[in-house]
Amino acid sequence: MRPVIELDELSVRFGDRDILKSLQIALFGRIIGLLGPNGAGKSTLIHTLLGFCPASSGTARIFGHDVRTKTDKVRSLVGYMPENDSLIADMTAVSFVRMMGELSGLPKEEALERAHEVLFYVGLGEARYRRLGTYSLGMRQLAKFAQAIVHGPRLLILDEPTNGLDPVARQRMIRLIREIKDSGEMHLLLSSHLLRDVEETCEDVLNLKQGQIVHYSNLDSERRANKRFAEIQTQGNDAGLAEALTGLGCECVAGGAGRFKMVLPKGFELREIYRLAAARDLQLRRLNYRRDTLEDIFLKAMER
Amino acid sequence: MAIYKRTYKNYTGAATKAGPRLFVLTRFGLIGVFKSKLLMLFMGACLIYPICCIAFVYLSHNPKLLAAFNIPDGALPAVNGRFFYFYSIVQGALAYLLAAFIGPGLISPDVANGAMPLYFSRPLSRTKYVAGKLTVLLLLLSLITWVPGSAVFAVQASIAGWEWTKNNFWLEGAIVAGLVVWIFVLSLIALALSAWVRWKIAAGALLLGVIFAGAGFGMAINSLMRTSSGSLIDLSQVVQTIWSDLFRYDTGTEMSVASAWIVLAVACVVSWWLLARRIRPFEVIK
Repeated sequence: MRPVIELDELSVRFGDRDILKSLQIALFGRIIGLLGPNGAGKSTLIHTLLGFCPASSGTARIFGHDVRTKTDKVRSLVGYMPENDSLIADMTAVSFVRMMGELSGLPKEEALERAHEVLFYVGLGEARYRRLGTYSLGMRQLAKFAQAIVHGPRLLILDEPTNGLDPVARQRMIRLIREIKDSGEMHLLLSSHLLRDVEETCEDVLNLKQGQIVHYSNLDSERRANKRFAEIQTQGNDAGLAEALTGLGCECVAGGAGRFKMVLPKGFELREIYRLAAARDLQLRRLNYRRDTLEDIFLKAMER
Repeated sequence: MAIYKRTYKNYTGAATKAGPRLFVLTRFGLIGVFKSKLLMLFMGACLIYPICCIAFVYLSHNPKLLAAFNIPDGALPAVNGRFFYFYSIVQGALAYLLAAFIGPGLISPDVANGAMPLYFSRPLSRTKYVAGKLTVLLLLLSLITWVPGSAVFAVQASIAGWEWTKNNFWLEGAIVAGLVVWIFVLSLIALALSAWVRWKIAAGALLLGVIFAGAGFGMAINSLMRTSSGSLIDLSQVVQTIWSDLFRYDTGTEMSVASAWIVLAVACVVSWWLLARRIRPFEVIK
């Protein structure tokens, strides 16, 4: 099976700063989440895939096409929804989406028909003759989404698609992403700060930190691994608690201010935590027990 | 139109050829321009002088009309290089005003609205983007400069006969070359300013300022330094030098033709550099 995205020792350098450092991975999922804190290199990775930033060494391939040498081919296969406001305020939504369709290679009449179709599809049908400048933030996000899918790309890259949306608009966007995923028509790469968005939509997750891949996993496999998590908050001298928990087989991460998160090994009983706390004369102010969430996977990856 | 379809279906039809896609930008640019009635009115007004020139050519070859207006034979100026030199000055000035009207609206909205990533995430290069926008200006400015100029020449040639046409065909070349060069330079400067100044009105004013300020500074340098090299920053003087050479009409300018061409080339290179610096899919923050 050919990977959707293949990073081959990809490095990107701006001036004397390494933004992406020798990334090496093949991504196969139908919908891939791209996670990482600010400055991790998520946007730079997307820009490199689109051919906006030149790679300083190595390369990336999308559906086997090298982004350095086959930039036009790659761009014809990709739909991109940028993070920032990127619309032409003077144009009506239908003209705008039509123009973007034509620039992607759709014939004139097809582009017009598809512009109407996708605007209805994303829920802007009634507002399609309005100028984009009069749209609310949620509508603008939907218009950006519409222009990204008008030409039927094979890979849809969404950069923070739910940024600034109210809960209703966010739910609509998540529903659209899921529908696109379920249609099986295209692959998706979703970059987001919001773990909930990624958790609700993605199958695979790629974590970046300081320009490096720190974790890549399939969310279903992670869930199937049946990991259990506990989060505790202590008061008192907690020195050595993390080591003691590790000694009991937990994968423990100290979150500061007496907070600890841990992956519990099989057969581990929660009373062991109470016992350890009592032995150290520590107050346990809070104990949350749950099965794996993306937040845990993310935080664990970030600690590496 | 299948607007009832609310489920997503991929596009499976054939794609258009990549080369001519830049004209999509031209078409949408022209649609935007033609929305302005004021602009249409101005473009119509720009054709008054060429129509007058055609009327003049017709009158100068019509002895009956000349007699009716009591104009003695040979009293009217000849249709020659001087005639087309002045035609170029009038229409070149109007082209400059039109470029100041239209040019700022071509790139600045894209920059101001952050639309560049949307263009460049598609199979569209920066060169094609600029070429698509440039074509809007070149088409419109052509309609008021060398196209009616060629029409004036054609009317004169059809009335004056084959002998005149054969001896003066270089005039047609001069009309096309002189005015195409001017509108090309104007268009590039207009686009460069449009790319750097996000506010359309300010970009238009800046384009007007480039010529007027250049002329003012040029004159100041000439009078203070007692030299003529200050005229090199006056684009109107520069292009008039080139036109006087092309139309073989001596205006007594001290500027050499070679230096005038070099100034225009430098203006093009600087404009292109400004465009290349600004037209990028994302902002580079240092």
